[in-house]
Amino acid sequence: MSGFDVQRVRGDFPILRQEVRGRPLVYLDSAATAQKPQAVIDAIVRFYQHDNANVHRGVHVLSERATEAYEGARETVRRFINARDAREVIFVRGTTEAINLVAQTYGRKNIGPGDEVLITHIEHHANIVPWRMLCEQTGAVLKVIPVDERGELVMDAVDALLTERTRILAVTHVSNALGTVAPVKELTRRAHAKGIPVLVDGAQAVTHFPVDVQDLGCDFYAFSGHKMFGPTGIGVLYGRLERLEPLPPYQGGGDMILSVTMEKVTYNRVPHRFEAGTPDLAGAVGLAAAIRYLEALGMDAVAAHDQELLAYATQALESVPGLRIVGRAREKSAVLSFLLEDIHPHDVGTILDREGICIRTGHHCAQPVMQYFQVPATSRASLALYNTREDVDALVRGLHKVLEVFK
Amino acid sequence: MSSDLSDLYQEVVLEHSKRPRNYRVVEGHNREAAGHNPLCGDQLLLTLKVEGDVIRDVGFQGQGCAISKASASLMTGAVKDKTRAEAEALFEQVHKLVTEGPEGVDMDALGKLAVLSGVSEFPARVKCASLAWHTLRAALEGRGEAVSTE
Repeated sequence: MSGFDVQRVRGDFPILRQEVRGRPLVYLDSAATAQKPQAVIDAIVRFYQHDNANVHRGVHVLSERATEAYEGARETVRRFINARDAREVIFVRGTTEAINLVAQTYGRKNIGPGDEVLITHIEHHANIVPWRMLCEQTGAVLKVIPVDERGELVMDAVDALLTERTRILAVTHVSNALGTVAPVKELTRRAHAKGIPVLVDGAQAVTHFPVDVQDLGCDFYAFSGHKMFGPTGIGVLYGRLERLEPLPPYQGGGDMILSVTMEKVTYNRVPHRFEAGTPDLAGAVGLAAAIRYLEALGMDAVAAHDQELLAYATQALESVPGLRIVGRAREKSAVLSFLLEDIHPHDVGTILDREGICIRTGHHCAQPVMQYFQVPATSRASLALYNTREDVDALVRGLHKVLEVFK
Repeated sequence: MSSDLSDLYQEVVLEHSKRPRNYRVVEGHNREAAGHNPLCGDQLLLTLKVEGDVIRDVGFQGQGCAISKASASLMTGAVKDKTRAEAEALFEQVHKLVTEGPEGVDMDALGKLAVLSGVSEFPARVKCASLAWHTLRAALEGRGEAVSTE
């Protein structure tokens, strides 16, 4: 792979340079949260040491610098996802808040009794619960695109589910529990053919491959900073300008208004209308640093690394006796959910932890996925740009140890 | 295997998790409670036959990790024919054992339950070991709602 040197990449992540329980740390839980390169940590420290002040308010030098850094971060995000206009980038706390924002602004304005919200069976709770809540508030009905045993969406079922009552299609780009890459471009095409707007949950996508929101054509795209090597507490809602302009505010407060009297409030323009209160300034700065880090590596190179490692890990796990991979989508991201004999994932996780290996065990905030596959939980190893074949080999050795304990 | 792992997954624990005792709904039960650990999805249903102050029979069903299954299985054996107060006293000892370790715990009184001593080295697994006991307490108190570890 030209230009992508995983050992050099590892050197950029200080947290990986440690031993736990007397063994080198093997971090295979990046789908939960990714580690941060030194460049991100430095950018946050630098902001607090040199530039910190509130934005869009002061006339002083620090406020100018902070505003420039914050609005500069917005432009960096725009470039990263190829939005047309930086005003289409709204800073939020994370994917969860982004989806709630759309549900409570677009949803409350446009969705009424008997209308339908269409989601899929492979969603994270963050793309289920906000819509469930909206349906309870408005009397709308939640509809679900089914999944098949590979973990792929049943595309044949889609057209019949996009009805004249469907007001929005909300779909994940990549399933956090199965790794399935959903055909969101095709789904968007079909929804738009019937005039239905589309929200894409991109939390597990932006970290693994290039995302171009104009190419996808979706109306809203949500993602989190912390899963893409940036800080927690910051995330992005992208919305097409013509979709955002007519929406009412999400929260009320400072910075989202143009004028306030006791009789009347005039709301600010997009995107500030949706950013009430002092935003996570250092978070935005850190997110921009993470994006610059990814851009320097090149998202195509990152995607190639992840896919190569996924193929290696899939084969390696299949060599473990009694192991069954859950989620065999033909187009898949670097997530491996699995079951080992009838050993409970929590026991697998505990034993791996003693080997210095971090994986996620449980329902992955995707209980409908677990229900479909009729398992209470799975073990999940998720791979990122700093993972190596040695990490995968350590996992396989760890799983043999689990088998030994339970033999 | 590292020593704390072999302390956690002792022979008796593994054996009880694979072949849990009293894995049934007690016939003619007059107390029951459901226990749930929402973080890991562990679920169990506990049924009891209580006469006066004494637990005459107790059974459980459900799904969970080796620790939660073994703990439930061991508990059903330990509290049979015990009074409520005796069962409660046992729970206190078990709770101390799985959170703080064996020091200051009357290990003789615990009998087989002593095999849970390794749990204290694994703070993330304390809930697995105590779910059955919290559920027992709810069943004895006659609370209808499901018990949650959260």
